[in-house]
Parts: sequence; structure tokens; C-alpha cells
Amino acid sequence: MNRLMRLFRKFRLTGRPDRFNRELEEEMAFHREEAEKSFVAEGLSSREARYAAARRFGNDARLRDESHSIAGLALESVLQDFRFAVRQLRKNPGFAATAILILTLGIGASVGIFSFVDAALIKPLPFQDASRLIVLFESNSLGPRFHLSYKDYIDWKSENTVFSSLEIYAPWGFLLQTPTGTQKADGSRVSAGFFRTLGVAPVLGRDFRPNDDQPGQPRTAILSYAAWQRRFGGRADAIGQTVVLDGQPNTIIGVMPRDFHFAPAEPADFWTNERADGECEKMRACHSAFGLARLKPGVTFNAAYADMRTVVAQLERQYPDSNRGRGVFMLSAIDLIVGDVRPILLVLLAGAGLLLLIATVNVSSLLLVRSESRRREFAVRGAVGASRGRLTLLFITEGVVLAASAGILGTALAFLATHSVMGFIPKDMLASKPWLNELGPNVRVLLFAVVVSLLSAALFSLMPALRISIADLHADLSSGGRSFAGTVWRRFGSNLVVIELTMAVVLLVSAGLLGKSFYRLLHTDTGLIPDHLATLQVAAEGPEYKKDPARIALERQIDARLASLPGVRSVALTSDLPLGDGDGTKVLSVVGQPHYDGLREVIHRDVSASYFRTLQAQLIRGRLFTEDDDASKALVGVINQRLAQQFFPNQDPIGQQVSDDGDGNQHVRIVGVVNDIQEGQLDAAPRGALYVPFNQSPTSDFAVLLRTAQDEDSLLPTVAAAIHSVDPGLAVYQPMTMSQRVHDSPSASLHRSSAWIVGGFAVLALLLSVVGLYGVVAYSVSQRTREIGVRMALGAQRSSVYRLILREAGRLAAIGIVAGLLCSLAATTLLRSLLFRVQTWDVATLVAVALILGSSALLASYLPARRAASVNPTEALHAE
Amino acid sequence: MLILKTLTRAPMHGYGIALSIRRLSDDVLTVEEGSLYPALQRLLLQGWVKAEWKMTETNRRARYYTLTAAGKKQLGLELSEFDQMIAAITRVLQNA
Repeated sequence: MNRLMRLFRKFRLTGRPDRFNRELEEEMAFHREEAEKSFVAEGLSSREARYAAARRFGNDARLRDESHSIAGLALESVLQDFRFAVRQLRKNPGFAATAILILTLGIGASVGIFSFVDAALIKPLPFQDASRLIVLFESNSLGPRFHLSYKDYIDWKSENTVFSSLEIYAPWGFLLQTPTGTQKADGSRVSAGFFRTLGVAPVLGRDFRPNDDQPGQPRTAILSYAAWQRRFGGRADAIGQTVVLDGQPNTIIGVMPRDFHFAPAEPADFWTNERADGECEKMRACHSAFGLARLKPGVTFNAAYADMRTVVAQLERQYPDSNRGRGVFMLSAIDLIVGDVRPILLVLLAGAGLLLLIATVNVSSLLLVRSESRRREFAVRGAVGASRGRLTLLFITEGVVLAASAGILGTALAFLATHSVMGFIPKDMLASKPWLNELGPNVRVLLFAVVVSLLSAALFSLMPALRISIADLHADLSSGGRSFAGTVWRRFGSNLVVIELTMAVVLLVSAGLLGKSFYRLLHTDTGLIPDHLATLQVAAEGPEYKKDPARIALERQIDARLASLPGVRSVALTSDLPLGDGDGTKVLSVVGQPHYDGLREVIHRDVSASYFRTLQAQLIRGRLFTEDDDASKALVGVINQRLAQQFFPNQDPIGQQVSDDGDGNQHVRIVGVVNDIQEGQLDAAPRGALYVPFNQSPTSDFAVLLRTAQDEDSLLPTVAAAIHSVDPGLAVYQPMTMSQRVHDSPSASLHRSSAWIVGGFAVLALLLSVVGLYGVVAYSVSQRTREIGVRMALGAQRSSVYRLILREAGRLAAIGIVAGLLCSLAATTLLRSLLFRVQTWDVATLVAVALILGSSALLASYLPARRAASVNPTEALHAE
Repeated sequence: MLILKTLTRAPMHGYGIALSIRRLSDDVLTVEEGSLYPALQRLLLQGWVKAEWKMTETNRRARYYTLTAAGKKQLGLELSEFDQMIAAITRVLQNA
């Protein structure tokens, strides 16, 4: 109540500021006049009386100010300071732009990385009480994270005492019947209580009922929100419709909420039930699913783990045939979903925080340089009655104006940057990290931006203010004012600059190496020419394709149909595309040689006759396949150079017999040698490969490759339609160009993203160090103006002044660069696993970085050096 | 406290307050007279005095400050606190 009254009085007093001022002014003038009169009455002259009255009255400007700050809301003076700060910054646009740019980058980096941290680690997962959710795996001799079998799941569920529920999920590629033919559709098969365990209910329709997954129950399916929008146009009548998945009709019963995702099973369009009557589900040795459980209240992770171990040990004793050596492995769902990115993100956040800190210190040093040139101004302000607090406030306002503009720009930059980073992430990776879709402006991120801006404002507005109050204003007025504090700052600043330069060198070298290795990776010889090459996956799962002749007939039909499309030069089929995961291997032996000591696992591909021609691979010796290499002829094969060197060193491989069926009964005669085609990732070591004709070893699940005359991307829909026109029951999926395959491959993405992230940090560090160097040198020049003036008055040439300043800057830069190069030799060994055909001591990169930094440092010190050289000795000495 | 005490006798303008404080204290308490005004603003804000423009005897406009009821109460409070403190100090000085 009392406070309210005070506030009310305040408003009444200051509600009309001119009246307040006028009255105060009049009152004070009245006072002085009365005092003057009394002095006159005492016998002083009117002039003396006025002085005496004024002396007795005190500093009226300060008193007026004080009255203001007591009565006013301080708002007025803040506004005034604000206008002043903006005017100051506009008067010196170079300074303002530099300071705001640095801070923008610093704040932008922090906010950008924080938004990733927020999406991954702070925003709760879209489940109820996510920290109580556990994911279960069966471990075996190969490792801990393997599928469990349905029968084991039933026993785990009934025997454990620690989970309030235990369910399973199995990510699954469905074959979906659509009017335009069969498609692959992503999804998952789950037990009926899966969503209840997560604590999420459908936004439309209903959840699976507890017995929906029992044999004999009608099959049901739940849609993801995205699939509902995409496949059913978001219409409510999707509920009750029937979808045919893997040849079985399923009734749609529900739609999951928009923000629901379960990362381990994403991407998912359809959720159906894992049913006990499936082929695999009947066998205890057939492992098909992962477990998901919710801890009972009060049960700890470790207690649950111990309980599950006894359950599993019991099963191992009970079913030794199927369960010997199989254990259990548990992870909290949160660890499974974001555990792998947590350390990376935290390191990045720490790095960004460090950069922001350095940016802030740099801006402080710039402000300090300016405050140095404004010391006289401040001394004068102090003398005419500005209180110390008011002067400090002026600095703080200036700092807040800088930080606020930088905060707004930095936040905008962060959102732009994160948006474009999203573009770099391949679709597959995005699907497995659905929380990335939550990226974007939200309250937490904006709050973070505000806090970070305020903190930096606090830091750099306090520094010069501190500096002003350390210095004695009177001394400043009477002399040029050099003080101990100035020397301390110069030393601290110099050390900081050396550290900044070192950091910049290390980051630039790392970025340079990563960039170079990314370039080398994209331009590595893959043994094929990726331009104008389109690829698609085809699955012929129908019962009619169980026999080889039908598969061969299908291949011929597809080949003929696609070859007749306009713009298609040649068509080929293969069991696996190049630049894949390098899987699909067989153990090879040479007929007539009892034992081969080296690595006998070779890549095995079934390819059509036109495969090598379509890829434009090089034939080294012998011949390629023809259409006549079919089941009626002896088995033939083509090997790559690597395999030839591996198995037939110093021999002619043509005509040799190899066996690829493990028992040595099936003999394949080698008819040709081709160059190495990269079957694995771009950075994988080349491996031996055996190619056999599709006509002698047909598959029902294959990839189609097309060499086109026109833009291959635009041709893909036509190609998919053409394949469906051969048989609508074929599933056609993953249409992609070979260039996309190269650019989106996991190895390329890894290299690209690391090069970009480190590059971004490096540019930031370079800018910071250059500005830091500028700040320190400029400060030193401003401190040494008098010394320089004396030198020049004594006959020093301008060139020698240049040398004086540049030598100081050069010393700092040289120490920084040398230290940086040494540190980077150590630091980049950590990067070795990320580098592709680039040495950690790549001389070109090291030299380039040293040159870049050296010239930037020269530029940064040239400006203050020029100012020093243009010092007018008369003026410098006059100012004493 | 001094200003409030001065105002108990009659409403006064700023110069009058300064004058009477100086006179009553026999020129001992002669601080910067100007500092009276920030202090007066503070008292206005607390609601212990109120101000109005009046004519002086010499027919000039001046702002006269009057003690309010809250001001009187505050003065009583401060005086008794001051008395206690003086008494304490005196006791210490006499006994030490």
C-alpha cells in the first residue's frame, strides 16, 4: 500500500517533467537570489554576493540531477542515455559495425548450438514420464544389442517382477498395395500394449486393444500423423478404411498425435501388431523384435537389470538349444535416443560459449580503446557535474544497445543457420533423429538468447566503467593520463590475443584439413562415372517370382521397357548398388588350391550383362558378360583388379576356376577383370569383388541402374511408373540419382558436417583474433600517443613509427601463429580418423593458414599503425 | 529530521528552512544549502511534507513546505530514536 502510494506520488511529481523542472529551477533560483540579497545586506558587492551564494548553494547541476533521480523513475535519464548511446554508435559506424558483427557471430553460434541442445536434451521426449522407459535387447557373443525372439518376450513379460508393462517393437518395411502398384512403406510391428507403455494415445480413433495382437483377431493398423496427412489427406474417414500390408488387409483404427515419434522405430507410417502366429514368432531361435518396458514405481534401473538377468539365466537353462549364450541388455529409452549426440552437443556448446566469452572480451577491449579517446570527454562531464554513477550508466547503456542489437541479429542468424544445417542432413539420418524436427524458435531458446545477450552486455559494459572509475578523473583532465590499470590491461589483452590467434590457427588448420579431405572424398575414384546415372530399388515379393525363369523373364521385361524410354542410354540390374554399405559378401576359394591364407570374404554381386557398360567401368582383361551367359552354360564370373591381385598374384586370372558356395562344389570360371568399383562407402578400403551374371543367379530383390542422356532426376518418376506397368505388384522404392547417393552417403555427410562445423568455428575464431589484435594494438597506440609525439618531435620518421607499431603486432601474431601451428600438429592427430587421403601435417594447409592469419594480422595492425604515424607531434605534446 | 523539525513551527520555503537551520545551530550546520532540495524531494515522495506555491512577504512566488500528519508521526519517531541514541552515547562517554 505504502509502495503504491509512493509510486502514485512519483507519477504526480514527474508526470509533467517540464513543470517539475520549472518549479525546481524557480525554487533554486529563488534560494540563490535570497542568499545573494542577504550577502549584499552584509556589505558584499553584488558580484561577490552572487559567487558566495553559489558557493554556499553547491553544484546546482548535480543537485538538480539528484532531485531528478529521487523523484523520477530514472526512465527519463535512461532514455536520454539510450539516445546518446545510439548517437555515439552512429557517429562511429566502423566501430559499431565491428562490435555488433563480432557479438552477432558469438551469440549466433551459442544460440544456434543451444537450439540443438534444446531439441535433443532439454525438450522432453513425447512420452509420459520418459525417464522410466527402458529399452531391452538380447545380447549374444557378437554384441549386446540384438533382437529378442517372440517366445523369449512372452517369458520375459510373465517372469519379470520389475516392469509395470513389457512390450515389443520391430521396425518393418511393409509392402503396401496402392492403386498405382505396390510400394515400400515404413512402419513397425508392435505388441498391443506398446503405445500404452509409452503413455501416448491416438489423437484420432483408438489404440490397439489388449487382445488385438492375438491370433484370429481381425488385423488392425494405426497411422502416424504424417502418413495420415500424406496418404489420406488428413480426412477423418481414414478410420475404418482398409490398407493391404504384406498382402494382408488391415483396418485403420487410429492416428497418432502430430508430435509423436519413437526414434528407434522411425520413420514409421504404419503401426501393426506383431502376432504370435507368424512364421518367425513360433520359433524361439528366430529373433525379430526389441523390448520396451516401463519400470514399476520405486524400482531402480539396476534392480530391474538384476531381475531381468535372473529371468534370462533361467530361460538359458530351460532352453539350452536356442538360448545358450544369450543374455539381456538394457538401456534407458532416453539414452538410446539421444545418448550418442549428448557428448558432441555439450562439447559444441562449451566451445560456442568460449567463443562468445572471447568475443565479449574483444568488444570490451574495443570499447576500452574508445573510452581511452573519450577520457577527456568524461573528465569534462565529471567536472561539470556528471556523477560517477551517471557516467557508468552511460557505458552500461551503450553496452546494452550493442548487446541488444547483436542479440537480435545473432538469434536471427542462428535460426537461419540451423535451418540450413537441416538441409545438409540426409533424410535417413533425419528420420532416425526425429527430435531434430523440433528445432526452431521457442521460448527456451529465445530466453537463452536474452540471457546470453544480457550477460555479455554486463561483462563489457562493466569493464570500461571499471576502467573509468579506477582512473582519477581530475588527473585525466590535467594530463594525458597514463595509469597502471592501462598497463595491466595491455598485458592481459596481449596474452588473450596470443591465445585467440593460437585457437584460430588450430581451428583453421582443422577446417582446412577436413575441407580438403571432403573434397578428396567427393572426387575419389569410385571406378564409375556418377553423372547421369539414376537408381531405383525393386522388390518382387509375389509367389510367382519364387522360380529363376520368372525372375529372368522379369529382368528382361524391365530391361526392354526401360530401354525404350526416351533419354535412356542403357539399363542394368544388380543385386546391390555400388557405394552402399559394402555388405553382401561370400567366402571365396580357388579350385585346385587347397587353402588360401588371406581374407577370403569377397563382395558378391549378381549383375546383368549391361552392368559394367552402364557404370562405364573399365575392362582390364578378358571379356564382360553377354545375354548368353545363362543357366544353360557353364558358370562364369568377372572379378575386380583387387581380387585378381589378392588371389592370383603374378598369374593370369582368366580361365581360373573359383568356388563361391562354401563347400567347393560350384565352380565359376573367371572370364574378365574390371577396375575396382567402390561397393562400400567412399572412404572404405577397396575390396575384392566377384560379379556373376544375373541370368545364372537371378534375385527377386534388386536395384535398377540407368544411364541417361538427359537430367536423371527428372526421369525417375517415369522410370518408376514404367516398372509398375510391367507388374503393379512390384514394390519400387528409393528412387535416387547416383550423385545424390554420393553426396548423401553417410561418409560424405559425416565429412561435410564436420568440415562445416569446424569451418564455422574457425571463421569465427579468425575474426575474433583479428579484432582482438586490432583492439590491443589500437589501445597501445592510444596509450603511447605522447611517446610517439616525442619520438617524432625528436626526428623519428613516419616509417619508423609504422615499424614500431607493426613490430609489436607482428610479435604477437608470430607467437600466436607458431604456437597455433605446433598445437594443431597435436590437435589434428585427434582428427586422423576423419581425414581421407590427407596427412595431418599437410604442408599446403599449414602454409595457407599461416599466410591467411599473417595477412589478417597485418591488416588488423595496419589501421592503428597508420593512426600512430599520422600523430601530429605538436598536438600530441600540446595535449600535455 | 532537521527539516521536519523546522517545519513544525510554520510552513516555510526552501531558503527559509536553510536559513533557520543555520541560525538555530549557530552556523555550525552549514552544509551545501542546495542539498536541501533533493532532500525535500525525498520527503515529498514519502508524503511527510506537502508543497504549495504562495507569495512571500516581499511579494515573490515561493514554494512553501508544510508538515503532514504522517510527517509529524515520522518526526516523533525519529526524535525518540535520536534521543535514545544520544542518551546511549552520553552514557558511554560519561562511564568510559
